Parts: sequence; C-alpha cells; structure tokens
Amino acid sequence: MENSIVKSKRTKEVDINKPKLTAKEFKRQWILVAISAVYVIYGIIFYYLPLAGWIIAFQNFVFAKGIGGSKWVGIDKFKFLFSDKTFLMVIRNTFVMGVLNLFFSTVVAIAFAILLNEVKNKYFKKSIQTISYMPHFLSWIIVVAIVHDALTSTGIINDILMRLGIFKQPYAFLGDPKLFWGIVTLSHLWKETGWNAIIYLAAITSIDPCLYESASIDGAGRFQKMRYVTLPGLRPTIMILLLMNMGNVLNAGFELQYLLGNGLVQNVSRTIDIYILDWALDARNMDYSLGTAAGIFKTVVSMTFIVVSNYIAKKKGDERLF
Amino acid sequence: MADIVSFEKIKHKKKMATEDLIFTILNTTFLVLFAVVTLYPVLNTLAYSFNEGNDAVRGGIYLLPRKWSLRSYHEILFERPGIRVGAKVTVARTILGTLTSLAANALLSFILSRKKFLFKSGMSLFWIITMYASGGMIPVLVLFRYLHLTSSFWVYIIPGMVSAFNVMVMRTYMAGIPDSLEEAAQLEGAGYMRVFLSIISPLCKPVYATIALFVAVYHWNSWFDAMLYNRFDPQYTTLQYELMKLLDSVSATTGTTSGAQMSQAAAANTITPITVRAAATIATMAPIIALYPFLQRYFVTGLTIGGVKE
Repeated sequence: MENSIVKSKRTKEVDINKPKLTAKEFKRQWILVAISAVYVIYGIIFYYLPLAGWIIAFQNFVFAKGIGGSKWVGIDKFKFLFSDKTFLMVIRNTFVMGVLNLFFSTVVAIAFAILLNEVKNKYFKKSIQTISYMPHFLSWIIVVAIVHDALTSTGIINDILMRLGIFKQPYAFLGDPKLFWGIVTLSHLWKETGWNAIIYLAAITSIDPCLYESASIDGAGRFQKMRYVTLPGLRPTIMILLLMNMGNVLNAGFELQYLLGNGLVQNVSRTIDIYILDWALDARNMDYSLGTAAGIFKTVVSMTFIVVSNYIAKKKGDERLF
Repeated sequence: MADIVSFEKIKHKKKMATEDLIFTILNTTFLVLFAVVTLYPVLNTLAYSFNEGNDAVRGGIYLLPRKWSLRSYHEILFERPGIRVGAKVTVARTILGTLTSLAANALLSFILSRKKFLFKSGMSLFWIITMYASGGMIPVLVLFRYLHLTSSFWVYIIPGMVSAFNVMVMRTYMAGIPDSLEEAAQLEGAGYMRVFLSIISPLCKPVYATIALFVAVYHWNSWFDAMLYNRFDPQYTTLQYELMKLLDSVSATTGTTSGAQMSQAAAANTITPITVRAAATIATMAPIIALYPFLQRYFVTGLTIGGVKE
C-alpha cells in the first residue's frame, strides 16, 4: 500500500494523448473540474489554513483577541522553548522512544515474518498470523489497560517473578523511570509486530522461488537461505518502510506515553506532543503560541529527517521516496 | 571413491535433517508462545470482567473467574450514563464517518485516476503535500474553535473526511482498471458521474471494503478528539474516552499502593473496581473481535494493494 504511492509518483506516465487545456476539453470534463474545486476549498480549510496558522507562534496569541488583535513578539516563544529545560527533556524522550520503536519494530517484524514463513503447515501458519495482528485493531486505551493489568502488584508478571523466587515483594514496574522506555517499546511490539510483518511476508512471497532452488543445489542450508536469499530479497521493502517511518520518529510518542505515564516517571515519559497538549489544556497558563512553536519545531525536524534519509538512500543507490 | 562421496552426502543429509527438526521444534514453540502472549491478556481481562469486584482485587485470576458475577456488566450497561452516551456517539460517528469518508475519498480518487483530467498533477501534488506537512495540534484546535467545530458532534465527521493516504491507495487501484471500459461507456453516452457510479465503483468493492474497514476502526477507537475538542460536553463523549476515564480512576491507585489498601478503597467504593474496567474493555473490543474473522481478508489485501515491489 505504502509502496504504491511511491511507485505511482515515480513512474512518469508517458501519455501520448496527454490532454491539452483547450476550451473544448475543459467543457467536456467540467464536472471533474467543478468537483475538484470543492475538494481544493476543503483542503485549503482543513490542511493549509493550519499551516498558515503557524504565524501565531510569533505572537502572544489570545483566542478572544484573534490573530489581528494579538501582540507580535517575534521569536520570543522559540527563545523560551530552547531555554526551557523541560522542552529539551521532552525532545530527548520523544527522540529516544521514537528511535527505539523504529529499530525494534522493524527488526522484530522481519524476524517474525521470516520465522512464520518457515512454517510448513498451512493452517498453523494462518492461525498464528491471524492471532498476531489482532492487537493492531485494539485502541491504545485497551493496550494500556492490558499492560497495566500485567504489571500491577497482583499482575501476571509479578506473579511469575514471585513464584520463581526472583522477587519477594511485588515490584512497581510502572513507577520505575529506568524501565519506562523498555515498557513502551515492548507495548509497541505487542500491538504492532503481527501487523508490521504482513508487508514483509508479502514481500517474501514475491521472492523468486528459483533463487531458493539454486541455493539448495549449491548446498545452502535453511539458515544460509534466510541470510543470503530472503534478507537481500527484503532489502528494498525494508529501505522504503524505514524511509517512510523516518518522518514518523517524532510522531510515535503520544497516546501510549500519555496514558501510561504517571507522576513518578514523567521525566522520561513526557514527549513533545504531551508538552504541547499541556500548554493547550492548562486552564491557568494556557499558551497556544508556545504550543504552536513546539509543533513547528517537530514538523520541521520530521521533514528534515525525511529529506536527509532520502538523500542518503539516493546516494547509496537504494530505494527512495522522491 | 564414489562410495565415499555418497556416504559423505548421506551423512550431510542426516545432519541437515536433525538440524531441520530442531529448528522446526524451536520455531513452533516460539510461535505458539507468541500467540499465547498475544491472547492471554485478552482472556485474562475476560475472566476479570466476570469476577466479583472485591474478590478480584486479591489478584490471582488467570483464565477463569474465581467468584462469578455479572455485576460489572450490569454496572456499565445501566448505572453509568457516560458509557451509554459514549456508546451511542461512537456508533453514530462510526457509521456516519465511515460512509461520508468512503464517498469523499472514492470520488477524489476517481478524479485523480482519470488519465485525461486536465489538472491531474497539480491536484495530486496538492494532496500529497498534506501527507507530509501538517499544521500541528494547536493551529488545528484554534481553527476548529473559529469554525465552531469544537463542542459539536461534527468535529468527528468533517475534518477527517478526506485522507490523502487513503486516496492514494484507492487511486492506485482505480488506475489499474482498463481505460477501455470507461471509453466504451462514454461512447454509449455516459457522463463521468455515471462512469464513476456504474462502472468503476462496482469494480472497486475490495478496495472500498478495505478503506471502510480502516476508517471504521479508526472511528471506533478514537478518544483523543473527544478529549481535545469536547471535554466539557458530556453529550459528545466517546466510548474509548469513557474507558480512558475508567482507566485513570483505577490506575490512580494500583500503580503504587498495596493490595490491602486497595481492597479497603474498593470496599469504600472510592475507586472504580478493576472488574468494571475489565467489563468495559471487553464490551469495547467485542465488536472488533466479533467481526475480525470475517473482515481480516480485506485488510490483508488492503495492505498489499498496489503491491510490494516486484
């Protein structure tokens, strides 16, 4: 699905009868043009106006006064942001959790896809796969409820650890700042591994079976075939997905951290989005301008990630987005 | 000489066979474990939801309830008005949101997939940009407040109606339908809308089903928009947002306090029993789990539509 976008963008359609903008042609497809105009108006309102709304980051924006009536403050909001220790902390948290998530979700999904592909029994394979992507359809609220239940003092994890004699007392996992990033990464893996593996499994099926046969004739065992046929065959898919997800590294930190975080771990759990939300919802110190400035920072960094990783991929002769 | 070679070969084959067997056993064990880790929490929540509230606080419930009770289900169905309102709003937005979104995305995809459309590349670029550059949470919130979309049901329906990502998926699918069908229909005098409704749409059922499924799941699982735009308007709450409030009221205590303190608190009814939350969780995921076996073939095709690169 994701690849299709890339593909349709890259293959320039060589259309011999590319339409010329003539009155006759315009009249023939007036209805398409008219409907498009409605879509453009919709797009401008809901997607482009918020971009124009970035100007409120340079104001002391007060909703009641409007953009025209609010005072302009130049780059004061950005100055405040980068001198605010909390903001630097949330950047670190967002970035670390985003990278951990990207790395482990990719590696584990590929490993899962390869292992599942090695299963010969069709029904077993199908059952495992069906179970594996069920959590993708559950909301983060439910996932957090589940993680919470598993990790509380009476939960299954403490239960097992105490039965094994590793702990004598139940351990408050969710209150330990050292464990928070790990718990977030594992929660992501629980929810999305099966789902992420779908695209890799599909890619494995499209690898030419002849390659496996000739590898067997050359005496390659199962592991060698995985290493020298399957993995290289997956390379283009891996690269494209990594590129697409680079832009999302900073977006990966909201719902889970917001729901799972608590006072004890807030130094490691709060992310950029939570920081923005706090400024937006705080009844006493509501600051829309500061939140917007932080949002601009996030978008600009995300765009930079995409462009840079795309450039690197281009240099190395790999797949690229644009 | 020849004998030695074949002997070596047999030995090699035998070694491979044992290796294979060990691998298969380990792999199967791993995959079964994976499935258990995925399913167990859901089954455990199910067991909790049917257990009596104060008894459940002691823990130690695994796959079956210890002390059966339907009390929690009774409570979420009849004693919590928030959940009932949330359920109604969620059903309404899921149905209405999915239908409008499907129609809006399909029509735009149709236009963008017409090879002779005059503004094809400009229009594509206009929507692709929206996938990468977004205004962010606050400018959107400010805009919605100006448009009077906050404190309203329509904030769930209108802003998310067109999604560039879904449009690109549908457009790819539609572009794969042969032009000759459209040309033949136009020779018969059919206009563009007729071609869209009677020729293209019937052929797009699989991709429509996929997109509808994604959108429906998105609506069903939404809570953040309810919190951000409608938190002072209980009449527009959603099921997941109500579930989140329950989660908050339980986790406020369980994270740090001991079991004894908790059962006291539960007996005094100061917190939401863990069983009520479990029942609400089960009720919220039930529709998805129930439809899951029937729908799963659609999202697999959906995810691979347009294909992995050959």
